[in-house]
Amino acid sequence: MRDITLGQYINGDSVIHRLDPRIRLILTLVYIILLFILKTIPQMLLALALILGAYALVRIPVKMLLKSLKPIIPIVVFTSVLNMFFVNGDVIFSFWKLSVTRQGLYYAVMLSLRVICLLAGSSLLTYTSTPIELTSALELLFMPLTKIGLPVNDLAMMMTIALRFIPTLLEETDKIMAAQKSRGANLDTGTFMERIRALTPILIPLFVSAFRRADELALAMECRCYNGGEGRTRMNALKIRRSDCIAVVVFIGFCSLIVLSGRISL
Amino acid sequence: MSTIKLENAGFVYQKGMPDEKVAVSGVSLTFEEGDFIGIIGHTGSGKSTLIQMLNGLLRPTSGHVYIDGDDIWDDRSKLREKRFKVGLVLQYPEYQLFEETVRKDIAFGPKNLGLSEEEINSRVAEAADFLKIPEKLLDRSPFDLSGGEKRRAAIAGVLAMRPEVLVLDEPTAGLDPRGRREILDVISNYHKAEKKTIILVSHSMDDVARYASKVLVMNAGGVFYYDTVDEVFKHALELRETGLNIPTVTDILLTLKERGMDVDTDIYTPARAAQTVTQYFKEVEAR
Repeated sequence: MRDITLGQYINGDSVIHRLDPRIRLILTLVYIILLFILKTIPQMLLALALILGAYALVRIPVKMLLKSLKPIIPIVVFTSVLNMFFVNGDVIFSFWKLSVTRQGLYYAVMLSLRVICLLAGSSLLTYTSTPIELTSALELLFMPLTKIGLPVNDLAMMMTIALRFIPTLLEETDKIMAAQKSRGANLDTGTFMERIRALTPILIPLFVSAFRRADELALAMECRCYNGGEGRTRMNALKIRRSDCIAVVVFIGFCSLIVLSGRISL
Repeated sequence: MSTIKLENAGFVYQKGMPDEKVAVSGVSLTFEEGDFIGIIGHTGSGKSTLIQMLNGLLRPTSGHVYIDGDDIWDDRSKLREKRFKVGLVLQYPEYQLFEETVRKDIAFGPKNLGLSEEEINSRVAEAADFLKIPEKLLDRSPFDLSGGEKRRAAIAGVLAMRPEVLVLDEPTAGLDPRGRREILDVISNYHKAEKKTIILVSHSMDDVARYASKVLVMNAGGVFYYDTVDEVFKHALELRETGLNIPTVTDILLTLKERGMDVDTDIYTPARAAQTVTQYFKEVEAR
């Protein structure tokens, strides 16, 4: 249980770490949109180079990136294979009733690259932003929606609390499992139904403690006069600085170049 | 009756990761049957990790743990059976209560042992009796009990399994002095009545001095001292220097000695301390 990492933030002091989280979030979005605009493999490779360049800036080892890519390999392989066989076009070779087409192969490569870039891009965001940074970025970006009655402050607070309690509840689950195992609970063997039933001794204490914690937290927040986020100030107010502007210009510049390169070369 | 032997046992959290943390290393010792052992040490000295290795909740990342001569990790299919010999009461055990009634909750362990209905009932009654849980509470929901009652119900749940070795991780944490005394007396009575091995993790040197026959002092994941209470508290000065608590009376006597009163300091019970101090004054008067 302890090995589950969520919001796999890597502490660091790179150019990207120092960016305003809002900028980081927006640039990630721009990058994702870019990936869906691109139509050719060379462009896609440039986009991959761009994200790898960003990884180099943060000095995240490639090993780590590869590790985070691992879970999506089956998806990539599966969709690539489907594409290879089911896209109509010039047949390269065929066997039985299946045939691989040139266009199919092209799509397969394109799609794999796109998925890899997508994951690399969004991982970079979580590698360089703490969950708290992300929620405050979201909060500020969605602030205009308060005008149409969306409780942005409250939603952001809920998200922050939820993120904050994930490790706590995991630890709690660990402890309860240890306790019930000590009382002979059999969690690892048995039929499917037996295993589900075996979870009761874990889930009930977990829920009880989650509610208890919620009560305590609510009380503690009230004691500190929390009454909704309106007008609440921050200890570390987010500020757009010159470096943020430069980053935006540079990044958008690269993206435009990549888009334009499609027009020129191919 | 069971003997637990650790041979060069160590445990590392997140082994192989950049944030790996050595919790226990190179511990070799034997918990003899029938002993009442107190384990003390700072927060983070590896006490909790150590005791979780005793019943196979954690697998040592190095070394071995033997119960009655068998390495508990030799045969995984027998792990559960071995685990039943060592009853472990973790910190804040009341958070493990889950059944509809206290009776059912205490019966959870015995049921997992695969005992007959009558045997389960008699064990529940016996454990409840030992922990002074009145009959009328047994059919209430465990969530309706008071803090101290919950704690006792949770401990009863482990006692009802009649483990050969009973391990308790700070069973008195967060209780008032009366609650502490009640729980410790129950444990002590169980030890005397059943002659089972007791391993008690505690922050309080006073409690250990009062109840235990042997003391294991842990420091930075290793064994600092493991000896009889008398022997260990002879090193009271060293213990105090490493920042560990020592029994209050020993502490007082050491301070008196530092201030120039020539009293015996290898003492950890209030009665004997009083005796020594009175004797000292008598000697002074005589002179």
